[in-house]
Formats: sequence, C-alpha cells, structure tokens
Amino acid sequence: MDKMSLLEMTGIGKSFSGVRALHDAGFTVRAGEIHALLGANGAGKSTLMKILSGAYEADEGTIRLEGRDLILRSPADAKAAGIHCVYQEVDTSLVAQLSVAENIFLDRMMTARQRAWVKWRDLYSEAEKLLAELGLDVPVRKKVADLTLAEKQLVLIARVMVEEAKVVIFDEPTAPLSLEETDQLFRIMDKLKKSGIGLVFISHRLHEVFQICDRATVMRDGRMIVSEPTAGLDTSDIIHAMLGRSLDDEYPKQDVPIGEVLLSVKGLSQGNRVRSVDLDVRRGEIVAVVGLVGAGKTELSRLLFGVDEADGGTVAVASRNADLRAPADAVNSGIVLVPEERRKEGILVKESVLHNLSLPILGKLSRWGVLSGRQEKDNAAGVIERLGIKTPSASQLTGFLSGGNQQKVAIGKWLNTAAEVFVLDEPTKGVDIGAKRDIFLIIGELAAQGKGILYLTCEFAEALGLADRILVMCDGRIVKQFLRGEATQENLLYYASAGQEELA
Amino acid sequence: MNNKLMQYIYKYGALVFIGIVLLFFSLYNEYFFTYGNLTDILRSISIVTFIAIGVTISLTVDGFDLSVGATVSLTTVVTATMMVWFEMPLVVTLVVPLVIGALVGLLNALLIIKVRIPDMIATLAMMYIINGIHKTYTKGYAIYSNMQMTDGTKAPGIMEKNFLWIGQGKLLGVPFPVILMIIAVIVIHLFFKYTRWGRQMIMTGGNEEAARLSGLRVKRVRMYAYIASGVMAAIGGILFAARVGSGQIDAGSPLLMEAVAAVFVGYSVLGAGRPNVVGTFVGAVLIGVLTNGLTMLHVEYYKNDIVKGAVLILALAVTFMNSHRKKAA
Repeated sequence: MDKMSLLEMTGIGKSFSGVRALHDAGFTVRAGEIHALLGANGAGKSTLMKILSGAYEADEGTIRLEGRDLILRSPADAKAAGIHCVYQEVDTSLVAQLSVAENIFLDRMMTARQRAWVKWRDLYSEAEKLLAELGLDVPVRKKVADLTLAEKQLVLIARVMVEEAKVVIFDEPTAPLSLEETDQLFRIMDKLKKSGIGLVFISHRLHEVFQICDRATVMRDGRMIVSEPTAGLDTSDIIHAMLGRSLDDEYPKQDVPIGEVLLSVKGLSQGNRVRSVDLDVRRGEIVAVVGLVGAGKTELSRLLFGVDEADGGTVAVASRNADLRAPADAVNSGIVLVPEERRKEGILVKESVLHNLSLPILGKLSRWGVLSGRQEKDNAAGVIERLGIKTPSASQLTGFLSGGNQQKVAIGKWLNTAAEVFVLDEPTKGVDIGAKRDIFLIIGELAAQGKGILYLTCEFAEALGLADRILVMCDGRIVKQFLRGEATQENLLYYASAGQEELA
Repeated sequence: MNNKLMQYIYKYGALVFIGIVLLFFSLYNEYFFTYGNLTDILRSISIVTFIAIGVTISLTVDGFDLSVGATVSLTTVVTATMMVWFEMPLVVTLVVPLVIGALVGLLNALLIIKVRIPDMIATLAMMYIINGIHKTYTKGYAIYSNMQMTDGTKAPGIMEKNFLWIGQGKLLGVPFPVILMIIAVIVIHLFFKYTRWGRQMIMTGGNEEAARLSGLRVKRVRMYAYIASGVMAAIGGILFAARVGSGQIDAGSPLLMEAVAAVFVGYSVLGAGRPNVVGTFVGAVLIGVLTNGLTMLHVEYYKNDIVKGAVLILALAVTFMNSHRKKAA
C-alpha cells in the first residue's frame, strides 16, 4: 500500500437493479492534497462518492482510512470516521431558520456531546473565531436564510472543520459561485489542504482543476481510467480519458443568415436587479448575455418569460407587444425559457419523459379536451430522436436521466410549440462535455430555423464560442456590447466586474 | 429476492389484503358473501367515495381540502330544506347544493391561491365556518318532512319520493347510489388519464413551479380542483339526504376522516404512490368491507376505528417505505 495514502478505495463494485454502476473502481487520496475526481455524467463518480460518504453501501471492495478498514453503513458512519461532504445544494444540509453559529455547531448540539444547557456566549465566540480563521465576514447571529449561496457554502465548510474532518468531498462547489467567491473558496480549500486534510474536488470546469488540484482521477463507465498528478496532464488528455475519444471543436458554430428583429426589449426594469435593459434579438441570431453571478441575468430571463412581473419597460415579439403577466402569456407570445434551475423548474423529475414533452402542447395534442395517445407518443419520439435524448423509453422518469439528457428534455418540450424566441439560462450547468456539445448543436439548429436565441451565461468561453453578439451585464444593466470576434475573456471579465461607473 | 418480494407487496399488497379480508369474513359468516350484503357494502361506501374523490382531486394538485366533511353537512341540510321548507321542484333541490359546493370550493381556492393561506389551515378554518353556518341555518335542528318549526307551525313540505329514490332506489337490482358511484369513479379516472385538464392537474401537483414554467396557468388549474372537490362533497351531501330521508346535523363530520383514509389507502393500490381515483375506490371498499364484516362478527362498533387506523398505517407503511427506497436507489 502507498504509504502516503490517507484514503484508499480498492475494487469497489456497485450495481443498481442489475446495472453495474461501478466496476472494480479504485480511488486514493493523500493527506494534504486536493484531488480532482472527473468523469462525464454517468461515469460513476457520484456513485463512488456516495459510497464514500455512506449514502450507498458498496457491493464489494474495501475502503481504508489511515490504514484501517472502514465499514460505512450510513452517512453517520462516514462522518464519525471523518469523511465529510460539501454538496452543491447547500440548502439541504443547513437549517435556514437557525443562526450561522448554530448551523456550524449543529452536529455537536444535537448529539451527546452537547450538555443539557447551551452556553450561547461560548458558542458565538467560538463560531466567530472559526469564521475569522476562514477569513469569512458573516455575523454569527445572522440567520442562514439571509446568507448568499457562497456564504452558506462557507458555513458548511466551517462545520466540517469543527468536526475534525480527515477527508472532505466538494461536489461541484463552484457551479453557483461568482469568480471572487470561487477564489475565496479556493483559498479556503488551500488552507484545509495545508492543515493535512485530504480534499476531493468534483467539477466540470477543467481550468479550475488545473488551478487548484494536485492530482486528478478520471472515471469512465464505472472504472478508473487515469490517476495522475495534474502537472503531467493537459485538457485534451483529460477529455480524451473522459470520453474515450478526443473532442474536436468544442463550440460548433453554424453560419446562419440573420434576419429581421424578432425580440425587442426596451427599458425593462425590476427594482435594482434589472435596470432599464434594452436589447434586440434577430431571427437566426444567437445573442449571449454574460455576467457574473448576481448580475441580474436570471432575473432578466424571468421577466422575459413572465415568471416575475416587470416594474416598467416593454417587450415585443415580431413587433407585437407582449403582455407578460404569466409564463403562459410569454408562451402565447412566442417566448420560451429554459431555466437555470433545471430539476426544480425546467422539468418534472417525477414524471415521464413523455409527459414532460407533452406538457406545453397539451392543447395541440388533444381534441375536445381528450388527449390523443398516438399524437403524444409521436411527439415524444420525434423530439427524442431529433435531440438524441438518451433514455430507455419515453415512459422513463425524467429524474433518472443524466443532467445533459434532462436538459435536452427541458429544451425539447418547447420544440413543437410556436416558440420564436428561446431564452436559455445557463443551459450547460451541470452538463458533461459530451452533452454540452449536443446542446450547442441544438441551439445552432434552432438559430438556423430562424429562431432567436438569448443565451445567458457566466461561462465566458461559451459566449465567445457561440454568440453572434455578446452583451455584458453588470449590476442589472447591459454595460457593453461586442460583436462576434471582438471580445476576449479578459475584456468580458473587465466589463462584467467593472460595471458602469468605471466606464464613464 | 427480498427486493422482489417488497415490490410485489408494494404493487399487489392492498388487493391481496382485501382478498384475504373478504375470504376471512366469507368463511366466518355465510351471509357475508351474498349479493345482498355485497351491494349493501357498496351502498354504504357510496357517499364516502364521492367525498374521497373530492379529496383525491385536491391532493392531485398537491393541495388538501379538509372542508369536504362540513360541505357535506351543509349541502345535506340545504337539500332537505329546499323540499321541506320551500317546497322547491326537484331540479332546484339538486342544483342549489351543487352551486353551494362549487362556491365553497371557489372560496377555498381564493383563500389558498390569492391570500396564500396554507391549504390545510385555510380549509380547516372553512370547515369551522361551514359547520357553524349549517347549524345556524337550521338552528341546530334536523330537517324532516313537515317538521315542527320554532314558531310552532309545521313546515309545509315533505322529502319528495322522487328525491328519496336517488338514495334508496334500485336500477336493475343495483342500488342507484352504487351506480352513481361507479360512474363517478370511471369518469374521474378517465378524466385524469385521458383529458388535458386531468393531465394539467397531475402535472401541477407534481411540481407547480415547473408546470407554471411550462406555460400552464397553474392557479386556474388549482382553482378548478378545489371547485371540483366542493362539488363532489355536495353530491355526497345530496346522497346523504336522499339516503336517510332527512337533513341531519353534522352528517359529514365523521365522513371526512373516512374519506381521507380511503384516499391514502388508495396510494398503495397497484403501487401508485400518489392520489388516484381507482385506488381511492379500493380504499373505500376496504373500509366498507371491514366495517361490515366486523359488525357481523359482533365486534363492538367502537372498536372498528382501531382496525381502520391499523389498516391505514399498514397501507401508508407500504407506500412510504417504498417511496423512500426508490429515492435511495
């Protein structure tokens, strides 16, 4: 055995109702390193991490921590052994109505280590000390419900530190964070690493992996493919290992003739989240709106789709004013949205693919209110084929599909509506590289059909690769416009973070 | 192996259990498995089934309607007074309570959707109010043919024969309420399975926000669900009046819990795991069979509720243990 290994998983196998999710998978983490765990969705990395965190039990294989065999039957076992998780969905792990300090010491307060009486003064001062060490400036008495997402994540990390973790799993922690927040997280991860903790980092963003990880393990089809120091790897090595083939041309961009103005937005405002936004989208045009997290992109998309009501401004589709008081109004006007929160808002995870794809066009699929089973099936089969949705059948529950395929369903449900303008909010979030490319192709195809695409993203590379025009949003305003080829990552970042004042 | 057994129990457990219960009672009492007794059971559950269908509809849109029992009480006495106090023709006697049921549903919807009071609490408050209204309306007296009024006179009307036939008559040897119930179960089942509006309700209940962001007008859908729930309760109230031939105070209160129990037993039928009308019907049958069979065994009536509660727990255990397992996988 490798003497430097803190954690060693060997020969891990796991099947779900006969389907092998993991096959002789291995994974090691050394003390004081950040170890990237990579793989396309469905490669088995989340199953492996769920086994490590005690959520699943492995069918076979061994887990050794500091040279001792571990048997993990529950998340509590894993925590007791010193294995902790910082999930992407931090809200599920925190109690929103309790204070920061209470959340940090939650586990302790709920177990036998807590005496009958809570010493609030000690609790708060201890929490303050801890947060100061992390360089986090949050009042410890503040309710967690009032924190930003990034702050919540840091509270979770503080909790992990209290519990004297040996191994901490970070599952896509940067996905919802802005650049500064990501940097702060990385600084803290670095601190944890220097204190001798082994960190597992799961991310779809390869540049982050190269930025902070010491070693990387790539999984594919439930097996370990590569496990090497990141210094000896480059992006194409990793993508090759993830896909089993190389990925040519990450951003497929079709040349499409651009037509007349389709969507015209004037002075659209909502509080201080969206401030007097003017924008046009033409037929066949892909317009990207880029900005950091919190710039107001999601709020803008919600106004355009009638999810929230605007305070002022007008929206017109093909020169006809749209009265957007509900999403149903937007759909009638020809605007559709693929929302960022896919599993909560984009699709119904507990319903079949068929039902999801029928939902926006129930009227079209029925006569006198009676649904035609044949038409529903034809519609679903058509969309599944056109978008290459990987599903065993149309009656599969959508929640069982991979992230990329769920996203295809969220887009696909609009294909047979009368939609003219597609608003896509972070459509590649949580989607693996292979499926990303499929989604870019779908978007290109929609543009080629003369639809207008408004693509909201904080991934600048995607905007640069796909868009005909890039609008930079900062603090609720559109502060800059670039035509295709004019912008670079650097000047997008400059305008996205500098905002209005420094431009003037 | 263990897994397969659980799946089997989950899917067919409720039906097998009913089979065993039927078999048990049949062996115990020769009169139990006769045409007369079985139609008796079905007739006894027909009112509860209508109320339970209403509850099923409100649960389908992820709401809950606790006011159905009170609505039954109100519509029962209103139906009776239409004939006894006001000597209204049959059509009016039937339409007025239906309209009242719809209005109660509309008011529930208003409180829940516009004012945004949580569904349970809003309908609980409405339950109190409606209960109070129906007792105020009758001054606490039951309504019967030519009843004595508080001013010493006699009420002019009687419970019409034609009306009573709805609750007591037979068609081709089958009690009319049973026929109505079976039609309602089939119609509502087809409604949910094959119509656009039924699908809209199911999707709204599945995830309201996602349904809204798919272009559904979910508030409207939920409003219709509460109205439908109120109307179903009103039908239950009419049947109740026709069945007992008078307008009894507080007739609906005990029926609420029976209906809710039937709906939740229904979750476990054929592994549905969600509100479904066929399951609701099976749940109502199970409760009816138990009540009837236990009475024949001369088990004291006050012990029946213990058995009903235990059956409910059994059904819920199977349903929720399985949904938890599904999540874990």
